[in-house]
Amino acid sequence: MVSKMLLAALGVAVPLALASGPSEAKDILLGYEVQDLGNQYWVSVAQGVKDQAKALGVQVVVMDARTDAARELSNTDDMIQKKVDAILLSPWDPDSGANAVAAANKAKIPVFVLDIGVTSGAIESLVVSDNLEGGHMAGDYIASLIPATAEVAHIRCQPGYVIPALRGQGFKEVMDKKGIKIVATQAADSQRAKGMDVMQNILQAHPNLAAVFSENDEMALGAIEAIAAAGKSDQVKVVGFDGTKDALAAIKEGRMAGTVAQQPYEMGKMGVSAAIAFLKDGKHPEKQTYVPVKLLTKDNLPK
Amino acid sequence: MMSNIGQASTVKTGRVSLGRLRGTGSLIALLLIMVVFSLSSSAFLQINNLMNIIVQVAVIAVIASGSMFVILTGGIDLSVGGVLALSGVLAASVVHGTGSSALAIATCLGVSLCFGLLAGALVAYGRIPPFVCTLGTMSIARGVAFVYSGGIPISGFPAAFRFPGAGYVAGVPMMVIIPIVIYVILYFVLRSTPFGKIVYAIGSNEEATRLTGINTRKYKLIVYALAGLLTGIGALLYIARINSGHPGSGNGYELNAIAAVVIGGTSLSGGRGSIVGTMIGALIMGVISNGLNLMNIDPYFQNVVLGAVIILAVMIDQHSQK
Repeated sequence: MVSKMLLAALGVAVPLALASGPSEAKDILLGYEVQDLGNQYWVSVAQGVKDQAKALGVQVVVMDARTDAARELSNTDDMIQKKVDAILLSPWDPDSGANAVAAANKAKIPVFVLDIGVTSGAIESLVVSDNLEGGHMAGDYIASLIPATAEVAHIRCQPGYVIPALRGQGFKEVMDKKGIKIVATQAADSQRAKGMDVMQNILQAHPNLAAVFSENDEMALGAIEAIAAAGKSDQVKVVGFDGTKDALAAIKEGRMAGTVAQQPYEMGKMGVSAAIAFLKDGKHPEKQTYVPVKLLTKDNLPK
Repeated sequence: MMSNIGQASTVKTGRVSLGRLRGTGSLIALLLIMVVFSLSSSAFLQINNLMNIIVQVAVIAVIASGSMFVILTGGIDLSVGGVLALSGVLAASVVHGTGSSALAIATCLGVSLCFGLLAGALVAYGRIPPFVCTLGTMSIARGVAFVYSGGIPISGFPAAFRFPGAGYVAGVPMMVIIPIVIYVILYFVLRSTPFGKIVYAIGSNEEATRLTGINTRKYKLIVYALAGLLTGIGALLYIARINSGHPGSGNGYELNAIAAVVIGGTSLSGGRGSIVGTMIGALIMGVISNGLNLMNIDPYFQNVVLGAVIILAVMIDQHSQK
């Protein structure tokens, strides 16, 4: 029976050892730790990171925190153990990110934060989309689609999330300026399923709703399902934020009105470029590196 | 009556020694996996990396020790993630509101103990199946955590409060010391105290144990309460480490805890298993996660490996029952 355990462990371990490539290269090694590779957005960022690293001839190791702050810390420890030259970080939330940055600071490894932001710690740069401007774009677009007397709803990411809150802020500023009433504001925690539930409840309370702004696409995609189930797809216009593949598909099919596209792939690339410029040439980046955003609707979808 | 006791202890002794043998099997598996990772990455077999691994599994290991007691009685505890979140959030809130670390720790342990007592009462006296009832307490705990906090994490604690989780004694992290101390205590409880023997007996054959005059309901209540308390200790370590009480924390931890217990050789049907095995199970999971990270293995693949290890462990457990 002990030998069976041995065989079992061997059966798992040996193929792994054989499958791993050389891991002790002498060139630059970057580490990218990301909050959740189950989210399309982060998958794009990670792809940008990997492609740009390959283009610049450096190695990168990607670790997934799977939405767990403790795992994020563990990943940071492991990256420090691997002696990475710089850490790119997309934290689960700004507070947990602060812990990761503190550990990296202690190990004297430079940190570049990709989106989300951190509440404390020394970082070289925050690479982030211009979220406030994006919120303005979304607000302007929605205002152009509906009469000023119409009712709109606002679906938010987790409370306390500073960066998506900027999108909401931009949206609200435009709504206030145009005198359009936001009848419901609810958080759906950046998740599709929650977005659906929240939208269902909002529709129940406000059957004459004309439009919804969602602070991210995942929640918007959930919202359109709830709207379709209520038979109100023609009545309620939905605008999201991020520009994920599923959102673009929904816009093409006419199920979503638009989205403010971030460029997560670009963000990944810019993060790596900034890190390499710093490591190779000592170039200090700006404190905030803005990645431009773009409003995408049926009229200007990329091919 | 006397012969019943004799029979019960014969059954029990036979199963305990089998459990100890299985504990050896998982230890050999752990060592083997460590050998493979040492060969694959020079960063693996270093003292601070090995310390890191123990720190990384500390919370799950502490929680799993409680889950193990529950599983030994033939039950299961799905509530640990939610209880961890709620205890953590409330402790964070108390330390922010009153500045008293002692009060916060008492709150954390008190809340988790209450949830343990609730689950235990429902299982032992309400006769509700453990799966259902801890599923219920899990939802309640998680829900209350979100309601209370509004979904917003409560962050930033004084150094004194963080010490049990983030502090060091003579260069060794508290996150290493505390789980080891807990496991040593529980080892003696299970092996040498009447309580421990009764826990095994209830899992082996609850009816026979009850017929010997032992109040099995009371002991089941105590076991769930103990699991709750250990979850509370896990919560303290967790929030101290990440410096934040987050209502969404501990998501999926119940499955990790059960995995550690199962990989360590404890039988899900109860009555068999060693506490050392549970620690080894937690370490195996931590070593795999750490080793795969150091080897730069695709993050998606790590889940596949973990699932495979769990299935292998259960298969071996099934086989050894014959």
